[in-house]
Amino acid sequence: MSVVSISYYLVLSAILFGLGVLAFVFKRNIITIFMAIELMLNAVNLAFVAFARAWNQLDGLVFVFFVIVVAAAEAAVGLAIVITIYQNRHSLNIERVNLLKF
Amino acid sequence: MSLPFILFFVFALISVGGAILLIVAREPIHSALALILVMMSLAGLYLMLGAEFIAAVQIIVYAGAIMVLFVFVIMLLNAGTEERTDWSKIAKYAGLPLGILLLLELAHWMAHSLIGQTPANGVGSANVMVSTQDLSMQLFQKYLFPFEATSILILIAILGALVLAKRDE
Repeated sequence: MSVVSISYYLVLSAILFGLGVLAFVFKRNIITIFMAIELMLNAVNLAFVAFARAWNQLDGLVFVFFVIVVAAAEAAVGLAIVITIYQNRHSLNIERVNLLKF
Repeated sequence: MSLPFILFFVFALISVGGAILLIVAREPIHSALALILVMMSLAGLYLMLGAEFIAAVQIIVYAGAIMVLFVFVIMLLNAGTEERTDWSKIAKYAGLPLGILLLLELAHWMAHSLIGQTPANGVGSANVMVSTQDLSMQLFQKYLFPFEATSILILIAILGALVLAKRDE
């Protein structure tokens, strides 16, 4: 019986990461852009778990754990920033937040 | 086609479909629900890879806590349909082809590299299952210092969120 090769998981991870980058570039809503970052982190997690399985090493799983912790902290601070931006600009459109734009 | 293959392709199709839905949806709440779909199917893939603790954490922390936070903020700010703007010229003529090229190159490299040929042996055989006990041994012995450092990180995140949210007094 054949098992699913690790390359399938890695290709799926690459596709998901690419879709996350696409969403990050194309979306205009700040909250959706944050979701695109979460999607990219998830794709990286899938690659970590796949490599951990390929070499029977647990280190990859521990790194996934840390990535999830950092993602949770990032989401809390990021959404607080989104609320502050909304209070100041009354809009969630990223085009309106252009003070630092060149 | 064996059962692991069918399961893998079902989960992969759901996750890629959810990611595409995230991009094409105009309402932020639809994007959030699509992202929850992606996370659930990724949890299924983690189970297939024999990482059941990570799968549980994925559902509890990601699909549970983080996405509830997202949905809560979307409801709080009453985020409606997003406005669309035209693509810039650089994005249209340089960014899109280069992005697709990068994606194809990544997929090609990963599919044909030597490490890619290693079978994911957790799918068919149960004897190499990674137990949660081994994972906790690793986490609390080898990675004890990073583990303690993340507690400081979370403390800073809590303080940062509080300071940002209570700013105007």
